[in-house]
Amino acid sequence: MLPGFKLSLGLGVFYLSLIVLLPAITLVLQTLEISWDEFVFYLTDPRLIAAFKVTFAAAACASLFNGALGLLLAWILVRYEFPGKKLVDTLVDLPFALPTAVAGLTLSALFAQNGWLGRWLVPLDIKVSYTFIGIVIAMLFTSIPFVVRTLQPVLEDLSPEYEEAAASLGASRSQIFRRIILPHIRPALLIGMALSFVRSLGEFGAVIFIAGNMPYETEVVSLMIFTYIGEYNYPAAAAVAMLILAASLLLLLVIQVIQSYYGRRHRKI
Amino acid sequence: MSIQVKNIQKNFGNFSALNDVSLDFPTGELVALLGPSGCGKTTLLRIIAGLEQPDHGVVEFHGEDATHVHVRQRQVGFVFQHYALFRHMTVFDNVAFGLTVRPKDKRPSKSEIAERVHELLRLVQLDWLADRYPDQLSGGQRQRIALARALAVEPKVLLLDEPFGALDAKVRKDLRRWLRRLHDELHITSIFVTHDQEEAMEVADRIVVLNKGKIEQIGSPDEVYNNPASPFVYDFIGQVNLFHSRVSEGWAHIGDYKLPAPEHAEIKDSAAVAYVRPHDIELQAEPQGEGFIEATVDNVSTAGSVLRIELRHALSNDIFHVELPRSQERLIDLRPGVTVYARPTNSKVFLKD
Repeated sequence: MLPGFKLSLGLGVFYLSLIVLLPAITLVLQTLEISWDEFVFYLTDPRLIAAFKVTFAAAACASLFNGALGLLLAWILVRYEFPGKKLVDTLVDLPFALPTAVAGLTLSALFAQNGWLGRWLVPLDIKVSYTFIGIVIAMLFTSIPFVVRTLQPVLEDLSPEYEEAAASLGASRSQIFRRIILPHIRPALLIGMALSFVRSLGEFGAVIFIAGNMPYETEVVSLMIFTYIGEYNYPAAAAVAMLILAASLLLLLVIQVIQSYYGRRHRKI
Repeated sequence: MSIQVKNIQKNFGNFSALNDVSLDFPTGELVALLGPSGCGKTTLLRIIAGLEQPDHGVVEFHGEDATHVHVRQRQVGFVFQHYALFRHMTVFDNVAFGLTVRPKDKRPSKSEIAERVHELLRLVQLDWLADRYPDQLSGGQRQRIALARALAVEPKVLLLDEPFGALDAKVRKDLRRWLRRLHDELHITSIFVTHDQEEAMEVADRIVVLNKGKIEQIGSPDEVYNNPASPFVYDFIGQVNLFHSRVSEGWAHIGDYKLPAPEHAEIKDSAAVAYVRPHDIELQAEPQGEGFIEATVDNVSTAGSVLRIELRHALSNDIFHVELPRSQERLIDLRPGVTVYARPTNSKVFLKD
């Protein structure tokens, strides 16, 4: 064993506990102070349920969309050589680097009725700002890197030889995609989409500027928590946060299961 | 089915991979494309398969222009160096793939497919592996499955790209004999690419030697070995000794020793190189008669079926190689440092450009 293992493990675990585990435990403890009836009361607020619906629906739309377009983007970055490829590859990480509030402001300026994009959508009678579409777009922006970055290594692993072999055996483009490429990348695609979904569930900064935050219509859960805290209603905030935490943990668990299933099958074959 | 390629030209950027190559592949033959890496052999195979498009030139299948026929419709069986088996499918599904992707009206029934797959698996003697995944097989088994998969679609030609390149020496030898026997059974027009001259000699009916995108020689293994058309072929196929010489009126002079070069009878004094195979040299302890080169023994290797002797030329101090039958071991003193007399019994002289 390398020297210094115990010390570095101790420091590492302590740091992780401080940064990740402690807040999560505090949240759980805070929630435990609330009685069950209270808990149910907070969570059955119709305005909150509406927010949950909006958030989950928008996150689902965003992760589905990102699944398709992220796959396309990853494919282009892996398979083709073109001028500016490095730049595109770097751009994919921009949502990670950019403060989400800045992204939200930029998006709302872009899609405002007189914005660069908004003005072209007005004649088509498409409204983005202050609507569900706006929320989805904000979520798309912040979560696209997850799909691209999970798919890239898997696609690099899939040598063009497999497609050539399938083509020489008489398979069409769509058959090659469905029967050769998709089975190979499916686990990574699912993981990427799940990560994108989890990220979107908790998105706050980018969403609130473009969503308009109308109760029952374009209000997201993270904003509800913010509102509760603003009203000094800590128990309600904790209850909602608890639910979001549970949902996120559940999804992370699903991702782990997919990953270990994929890993096991990969070893087996 | 016969294949013709005519005036094929292919460039990758500034690099010319194939330069005006024309070839005939007669029906039912097993032809080897042989050459060093970068000579264009794989590119030519991929152009015949339709995986690559030539910049100029025509590919004909049985007299019909197939240059722009998509690989999907070309009905070629292609075997890759690294197998390219589909990892998420069982051996059975891999072999069945070509049949299951056919359009509905041409697709055989499930039971017909199963029958055909098992027939092919029996042909490659791996029927018992039908339910395994590729990663559970050895390299040799994988390549046989890849071959069965290629044969499933009843291809008109079989194209193999360095099929044994990724296998270890022992498996490679077994598999190439097996491929030869399989070809004798099936008689399907086959082309395989290799950089291993021994492999080409052992397996092929005919060998096409390629170098720098051009054909150096076409011939049977015997012809290519015994009668190389160019210094390159001499060098590339088998071991050879080079003697720098001057040619004049039908003789190649190496120091005060001369070799016959009747094909250069008209030449008056030109630099040339004489090529002599190691087994085309005889050795004697004392010079009896004319035409012997004096040399000292440098090294002798007895590990193998022949004696491999390294000699040092007395005049130029260059090393040259001689191979003798093991029976000679007792007839001549071959300890390092001993002086011996060597005489080429067969040679070929090429003029220097």
